[in-house]
Amino acid sequence: MSNRRRLITPPRGFGAPVSRRSVLRGASFGALGLAGGGLLSACGTEGASQSEASCESQDLSDSEKAVTWSNWPYYIDPTGQADATLGTFQESTGITVKYNNDVNDNAAFYGKVRNQLGACESTGRDMFTLTDWMAAKMIGLGWLQELDKANLPNLEANLLENLRSPSWDPERKYSVPWQSGLTGIAYNADEIGEVGSFEDLVTRPELKGRMTLLSEMHDTMLFMLLIIGADPVDFTDDEWGTALDKLEEVKDSGQVRQFTGNEYTQDLGQGNILACEAWSGDVLQLQLDNPAIKFVAPEEGLALWSDNSLVPNKATHKANAEKLMDYYYDPEVAAELAAYVNYICPVVGAQDAMTKIAPDLAENVLIFPDDTLLSNTYDFMGLSAEQEQQYQDDFARVIGA
Amino acid sequence: MTSSAGAPSVAPELAPDGDASSPPRRRRSSAWFLLLPGALWLVAFFLTPMVQLVATSLYDPSGSEETGYAMTWAWGNYVDALDFYLEPFVRGFAYSAIATALCLVIGYPLAYAIAFKAGRWKNLMLVLVIAPFFTSFLVRTLAWKLILSDNGFVVGIAKTLGLIADDGRLLATGFAVVAGLTYNFLPFMVLPLYVSLEKIDHRLIEAAGDLYSSPAQGFRKVTLPLSMPGVVAGTLLTFIPSAGDFINAQLLGDTTTQMIGNVIESRFEVGDYPAAAALSVTLMVLIVAMVAIYIRRAGTEELL
Repeated sequence: MSNRRRLITPPRGFGAPVSRRSVLRGASFGALGLAGGGLLSACGTEGASQSEASCESQDLSDSEKAVTWSNWPYYIDPTGQADATLGTFQESTGITVKYNNDVNDNAAFYGKVRNQLGACESTGRDMFTLTDWMAAKMIGLGWLQELDKANLPNLEANLLENLRSPSWDPERKYSVPWQSGLTGIAYNADEIGEVGSFEDLVTRPELKGRMTLLSEMHDTMLFMLLIIGADPVDFTDDEWGTALDKLEEVKDSGQVRQFTGNEYTQDLGQGNILACEAWSGDVLQLQLDNPAIKFVAPEEGLALWSDNSLVPNKATHKANAEKLMDYYYDPEVAAELAAYVNYICPVVGAQDAMTKIAPDLAENVLIFPDDTLLSNTYDFMGLSAEQEQQYQDDFARVIGA
Repeated sequence: MTSSAGAPSVAPELAPDGDASSPPRRRRSSAWFLLLPGALWLVAFFLTPMVQLVATSLYDPSGSEETGYAMTWAWGNYVDALDFYLEPFVRGFAYSAIATALCLVIGYPLAYAIAFKAGRWKNLMLVLVIAPFFTSFLVRTLAWKLILSDNGFVVGIAKTLGLIADDGRLLATGFAVVAGLTYNFLPFMVLPLYVSLEKIDHRLIEAAGDLYSSPAQGFRKVTLPLSMPGVVAGTLLTFIPSAGDFINAQLLGDTTTQMIGNVIESRFEVGDYPAAAALSVTLMVLIVAMVAIYIRRAGTEELL
């Protein structure tokens, strides 16, 4: 017995007492060593681009009366009620809509679907709603299905003229505006005289440290390009550089208090800032509390943008999604929706429909902009994925450091 | 004990040295087995992301999500990151060092009072220290925007007292960022301080008094040294998270008060993953180095 036991006695080194510390140290260095040598060089990522040939989708709309849609929060009238727009759609078409409020941020949503769409897999969604620049990026990546215009007669008839051919999707092959908005200037009329131009906003001494700009590159740079006299729809790299220098100069002068997202609404409401670059929908909300907050169309022009409904690759209910998109281009439906969400309604004829349900809203230029407002709107040049990244990068470096 | 009736003569415990292997070995392997859940956890949630992070920091910076990133061992990412973002790095560390010092100055007397003077209010006071955690970090930070707002009473009083110029402001300044950091991380300082102060044996302090030391001397020679583990733990728990914080600078700062956390966040947002990863790794290495030096200097390795 004892002999046998001796035979299986482990070698000396192994039997030596091992302290917790040295085990951990040994294990971690060993693992790090392995990691460093082997794993790191095996890393790297595949490209995420797809094309019609590389990623084919199937449409089961005929047999499955359903559609799954991801939208931004508070961007539709109540979805649970039978007499609301979505309820009526479900009743009249028999298509069940699974509505998700899971788009909070373009970049974050991109992160959510990136792995599936990059690998040509289903995201579980038939339709989602994203802002112009992100829609442009996804078109560039080949992640979207082309829409069938035959299913979109209301869209053909009623889409607002200014939104018909954006630079990044000139024939609206892939995208249908859901709601639109304007980017311009908001100011507090109780505290300061009208801020009529962007040049004024970034140079007026009373506004030093009392104004903000948006941290969305496309919005802010559109105005910088306009200030230096370039055309935001068609500009050169040199003009981009000049516009960027202008922004840096404005920032370094201490004029800009912050670059913000939606937070500017609080600062404007509390009086921390007197004027800012602003989105029309937010200003409309602010005006409910404080009528002194005004929205102006800057002399240089203003940005007209949309959040767009898109159908991703591998979505299996494209025709159903198209029916849903088209349904919201019926002026009556569009008016009902616009009365609730207070953004710019992209549907011609909805204004007339609105006079029947809410006459005061029908007069509001921030929901139904008049021709003077619309005559001076611009969209941003369509960018390739590389340009988009480069410009975002340049912009972030100026506002970030 | 041995249950086998046939081996009465030599119990394993009494066996000569070389034969003692069997039971301890079983114990040793079960110790390894017990380590397994923790080790798996670390591999899955620490080591794997770490490797991924380090790998990302060495990707070819000319890649993009669309075209994919190639692993090119691009050490230049680190040079570029430090070259371009040295200022927010320094600013971030300076802000969090000031905030940590302020937390210590505010938190020590508070923890001392709770541990020694609070009596039956002790539990209530502890709850009050932790109470802010019941609401979200973001909401608490936004509340400071209200408190420090340009038309608020704090700014009004400061202007009346001549502490800030008539056209001056508190919100959107470095002051507000440091104040926000101090406020948000104060409980992380108070709790470890309280724990180590609470453990101190009162008789030691009484003994110091009996040996003719003044209260101040007694504090310096007895209480303070005995509370050092709390000081070290508190400063680490405050400094480390605040050095990487970006919420305070984003909400309470302006364009000149960006910390390194803001830069990492913004690099990540624009999809410049190699730079974001290189900055994160650098931040981590710097913090580990600072903490190591600090612990050495404080001579408290065994206290942790």
